[in-house]
Amino acid sequence: MVTVTDIWHWLEDVSDPEVPVLSVVDLGVVRSVKLNGNAAEIVITPTYSGCPAMRVIEEDIRAKLAENGISDLTVTTVLSPAWTTDWLSENGRKKLKEYGIAPPEHEVDKSVLFATPTVVPCPLCNSRNTKMVSQFGSTACKAHYQCNDCLEPFDYFKCLR
Amino acid sequence: MNNDLYTYTLRIADDSLILGQRLSELCGHGPILEEDIALTNIALDLIGQATTLFEYAATVQNEGKTADDLAFLRYEHDYKNVLLVEQTNGDFGQTIVRQWLFDTFRVLFYDALQHSSDTQLAAIAEKSLKETKYHCKHSSEWVIRLGDGTEESHSRTQDALDLLWRYSDELFFMDETDQAMIAAKVGVDLAALRPIWMERIQEVVQAATLTIPTNNWKQQGGRLGKHTEHLGFLLADLQYMQRAYPGMQW
Repeated sequence: MVTVTDIWHWLEDVSDPEVPVLSVVDLGVVRSVKLNGNAAEIVITPTYSGCPAMRVIEEDIRAKLAENGISDLTVTTVLSPAWTTDWLSENGRKKLKEYGIAPPEHEVDKSVLFATPTVVPCPLCNSRNTKMVSQFGSTACKAHYQCNDCLEPFDYFKCLR
Repeated sequence: MNNDLYTYTLRIADDSLILGQRLSELCGHGPILEEDIALTNIALDLIGQATTLFEYAATVQNEGKTADDLAFLRYEHDYKNVLLVEQTNGDFGQTIVRQWLFDTFRVLFYDALQHSSDTQLAAIAEKSLKETKYHCKHSSEWVIRLGDGTEESHSRTQDALDLLWRYSDELFFMDETDQAMIAAKVGVDLAALRPIWMERIQEVVQAATLTIPTNNWKQQGGRLGKHTEHLGFLLADLQYMQRAYPGMQW
């Protein structure tokens, strides 16, 4: 007999297509899992409105559940409450850093014009002497930074609140 | 169908789609790599917002149409975006000034719309606001950097402001659709946003050492489907695949 806990467990194997070290559970895009007999409903929420990964994530969730014998599946997308980087799990933050992407600092760099950019420690050498190259990076959810000490460029998973 | 709600939603969606399409023209053509990436990231956010807005408009319309039908298969006069967003990219100064005038408005608009009594519009606004704040910071900082930059960048940015200022009035256009939506506590009273918008614009203009044009001649029409000549060319690009191969998918 399949339980909701089993489904959550399987979802930990479904990775974000853009940041493969993160599962959709780590990322906080899976909001709830319901089970009614053999019918499952999974509620997901997009990180950014235009995130092209969302459709792939939905397909991957379907494939993963089908693999485990659940074909009666509804995937619902909700927008509210809006996704925030605070939903990224501790485990997810750790995995990001190991992968070379700086996890979000708990500070939004957007409220004040000309505010000094958020200090983001380098994920490779841990130096705090880094600089923002661009507010917009390789995907909607990342900004582009460079370390002034080890000189490595790196992605920063920017804070969204 | 609730005609007012449909039109109201469509106007927001069209602003996002058309500006998103304009910015995406710069993909691979940005002045520097970081800006190429930034502008296309912003385009992606805008097109994402347009998608959820069109999905909702199609639901409200209730004629079995999809978000794609609304985005790709309407005629020019059926698009209700403001004239500002369909203006060409011009030089980088023009792209940035257009973006800044719009972003400054959009932040205030979404901030108010997230309290709408319409739960779907409120949810879209809540989500989009977070993204739009990043856009606004980006465009505002560039206006200042360019305006307060070299002689060349200053004069080009001032030219862009002189050119685009005439379209800024229309951001606050309201008609009976808006009045009905405000009465239903769905829509936003744009007149209330205007002084705050002006204050923020002036703040940046001052820091950028630019001057707001004194010419008060203003142009509008987009909200009612009357567009400048630029929209037709944009749509020819946007709609090409769906017109040439109806119903195509990939």
